[in-house]
Amino acid sequence: MSGAIAVGLAGGIIAGLLGVGGGVLFVPGLVIFLGLDQHHAEATSLLAIVPVAIVGTIRQDRYGNVERGDALLLGLLSLAGAGAGVALANALSGRVLRDCFAALMVIVAAQLVRRTLRPDAGRKPLRARPATERPDDRPPP
Amino acid sequence: MSMAAEGAHNRTLKLVAIGSMAGVFSGLFGVGGGTVIVPLLMLWLGYEERMATATSLAAIVFIAAYAAGAQGIYGNVSVPDALEIGLPAVAGVLIGTWLQQRLPARSIALMFAAVLLASAVELVLR
Repeated sequence: MSGAIAVGLAGGIIAGLLGVGGGVLFVPGLVIFLGLDQHHAEATSLLAIVPVAIVGTIRQDRYGNVERGDALLLGLLSLAGAGAGVALANALSGRVLRDCFAALMVIVAAQLVRRTLRPDAGRKPLRARPATERPDDRPPP
Repeated sequence: MSMAAEGAHNRTLKLVAIGSMAGVFSGLFGVGGGTVIVPLLMLWLGYEERMATATSLAAIVFIAAYAAGAQGIYGNVSVPDALEIGLPAVAGVLIGTWLQQRLPARSIALMFAAVLLASAVELVLR
């Protein structure tokens, strides 16, 4: 019970701070603290992501950071893939899925480290956007 | 085809590719897909990081909701567990965005990377 709340809170904080980390923390949290198997953890993580993404989107949209047209296109274009991914996940054994997920976590960690060590990556906006007052590359609240 | 039309065509194709990959990724791993969307929006479409993260988040609403529904058909979704994690996570996002202005993001990113590595080891060894 409290373990789940702690994982949720931590996942949310990390997502708010870094823009990643909801699902990639929810899944191991559900396995390690709530004892769910890999398939149930992944499925449950997906549902838990929805309210977090909604709240985050509303906040970001207020800052004018959401390209609504592209977001809608991406969202709709991804649905076929998402269905295929779910079918694939359910075709794999929990053990294989778990090991693949662990590899994914290592990749996300490496991506974060690389991004952190190259702080000006992606800072040159190709779209004309007013510069914000904050000089780093963190997304705004 | 005019250059502008060709540009728009390429852009749509890139969005199709990013969306499809993110969808498979999200459905397969139970994550949002931001790991795929954010770097590709930056690399292929010239997005700046803030815009990429925000736009990715909006797309994830659709992806995660649809994938959760699909997983529900397989009977894998535990709604009480999702609420137990998802509702505190909403509070966490609000705290995180507030903290963002007050904490050095670099050290937090490195700490989070360490937590991910430790969790990966724990996951494989259990």
